[in-house]
Amino acid sequence: MSGTLRQVGIDIQESEENRALIDAIKQDNPDLTVRHLPGLVKVQSSGQIVINRETVESHLGREWETGEFQLAIVSYAGNFSEWDDDQIIVKWEH
Amino acid sequence: MSIDKPEARVRPKKLPLKQRYSLLTRDLDWEPNYVTREQLYPHTSYEGIVVHDWDGWEDPFRLTVDAYHKYQAEKDKRLYAVLDGFAQSQGHLTLSDASYLNAIKLFIQGVTPLEYAAHRHFAYLARHLEGPAPRFAALCQSVDELRHAQTQIHTISNYNKYYGGFHSWSKMHDRVWYLSVPKSLFDDAMTAGPFEFLISISFSFEYLLTNLLFVPFMSGASFNGDMPTMSFGFSAQSDESRHMTLGLEAIKFLLEQDEANVPIIQGWIDKWFWRAYRMSALVAAMMDYMLPKPVMSWREAFELYFEEQMLGGLFPDLEFYGITPPKHVNDAIAEKDKLSHETYKILHNFSFAAAFTTQTPQQEHMAWLSEQYPDTFDRFYRPTWEKHLDIEAGGGRAFFQGLPQLCQVCQIPMGFSEPDDPATPSLRTSTFRDEVFHTCSNGCQWIFEREPEKYVQAWLPVHQIYQGNCGGPTVPDVLAWYGIQEGDNGEYKGSLDQQSWAEWHPTSTKEA
Repeated sequence: MSGTLRQVGIDIQESEENRALIDAIKQDNPDLTVRHLPGLVKVQSSGQIVINRETVESHLGREWETGEFQLAIVSYAGNFSEWDDDQIIVKWEH
Repeated sequence: MSIDKPEARVRPKKLPLKQRYSLLTRDLDWEPNYVTREQLYPHTSYEGIVVHDWDGWEDPFRLTVDAYHKYQAEKDKRLYAVLDGFAQSQGHLTLSDASYLNAIKLFIQGVTPLEYAAHRHFAYLARHLEGPAPRFAALCQSVDELRHAQTQIHTISNYNKYYGGFHSWSKMHDRVWYLSVPKSLFDDAMTAGPFEFLISISFSFEYLLTNLLFVPFMSGASFNGDMPTMSFGFSAQSDESRHMTLGLEAIKFLLEQDEANVPIIQGWIDKWFWRAYRMSALVAAMMDYMLPKPVMSWREAFELYFEEQMLGGLFPDLEFYGITPPKHVNDAIAEKDKLSHETYKILHNFSFAAAFTTQTPQQEHMAWLSEQYPDTFDRFYRPTWEKHLDIEAGGGRAFFQGLPQLCQVCQIPMGFSEPDDPATPSLRTSTFRDEVFHTCSNGCQWIFEREPEKYVQAWLPVHQIYQGNCGGPTVPDVLAWYGIQEGDNGEYKGSLDQQSWAEWHPTSTKEA
């Protein structure tokens, strides 16, 4: 537990495709911490984590639907406060 | 081949996600006209939960049938590619050691049947919850859970060709003593009302503790060369994120609907945190003792996934609704340096009656344990293991003779110690209808006394043996009734699995 903003986190399966996804998350969440565990990558950030479709597409070099995030995620801590065609936001509500 | 800039391409016309979801779930609901709502949904009032507006339920995943099929099919395709590759390449020979599979035996015997039970009960919720959004989320989860049970059976069946302990897991789940721990937890949840089930399984089990229960198995699999288990695990976990969301959504929805719901939900959180936490004792033992290459200690996982993420993140969020952290959470925190050691000691003592084998940790493993548990391992647990090593050096193996007292609630043998004192056994008793009932902890005692009528009915394996319901009075009688065959149980060193492993891995390097 660090700082006043509570940490949110997402565990992502480690795979070739997900490397691009993680790079995109890094780009849009500058204070992201990344921890490698066997088979998975744990990303954490204070307050919230944002995933933007356009950033992911630019790293993947192909079209990407936000729904595809379901294939990558292993677990998370936080709350999906937004999940639409362009953006996914994980944060604590209160 | 050139890579188009995504912006430059024209996307096919599709309704926005929110609209699609709304049309394909809520819009398909209808008001009954020839029966009343109460007749249509008869189970949603007796628990005292008040719901004013079922449309207040949000599903952040906004999953629709077509999307569900598409993503699930892709997940299965990826998983079965791994299973085929592993089987075709004799992947089982590349595991870290055959003893690793004890963790997987525990998994298929203890966890896979829970997936199937969850499949059944979410099908019930998909019929009985009043709102279309939670009904559809429950339907997806019901199908997910069936997929989990099936993929686990397929994955693990490959090991059944070469190793003991995998053959009769379904029968064992209903009969064997340590498996009554997970089975009774799920029976407890399934015999509760629909809202308590949501708080027990969707919230406490799936959201609060899922990471502690599942991620360690999967990281352990990854670290010990078990690619198929890791793959089904992560494949299942990707569904699990949706299940976690259902759990979190359920609790927020119920708390927002009416203030009268708050104390009811708090009671369920208090109960189900402790129930699920107690069951996780088996996972703690697995993590610290059963993996030839341990990944992360129970203590570290507990701090990371529970203390940091749940107590530090989730509960401050729920405070907004007047919810406090679970009643006995401090006992769980106080136990984090002891839980795995005390639980594995029980398994080690009684593995002659289990469908897995155990072994005394060797010096290298003990060095890791004392590094992970600097305050407790050398002082309280190492001496016992050293004693076992001495006995084994002389050709012996100490097992506990006799049957243990079980906790009336969690059904684990009463081998735990007081939260603040590893040297004093923790034993609680309560009297109900002039009969004395035993529990292992403040948490289990509190749960018992809250609903004694329910827990006096517990099917306690030791009592059942004494009552003559488990095949006969002797150990071989009971083992036969359990379905345990030679090579399934006892000590790992010298076991059939270990002999086969040694035969398949001769120490001298042969010509390729």
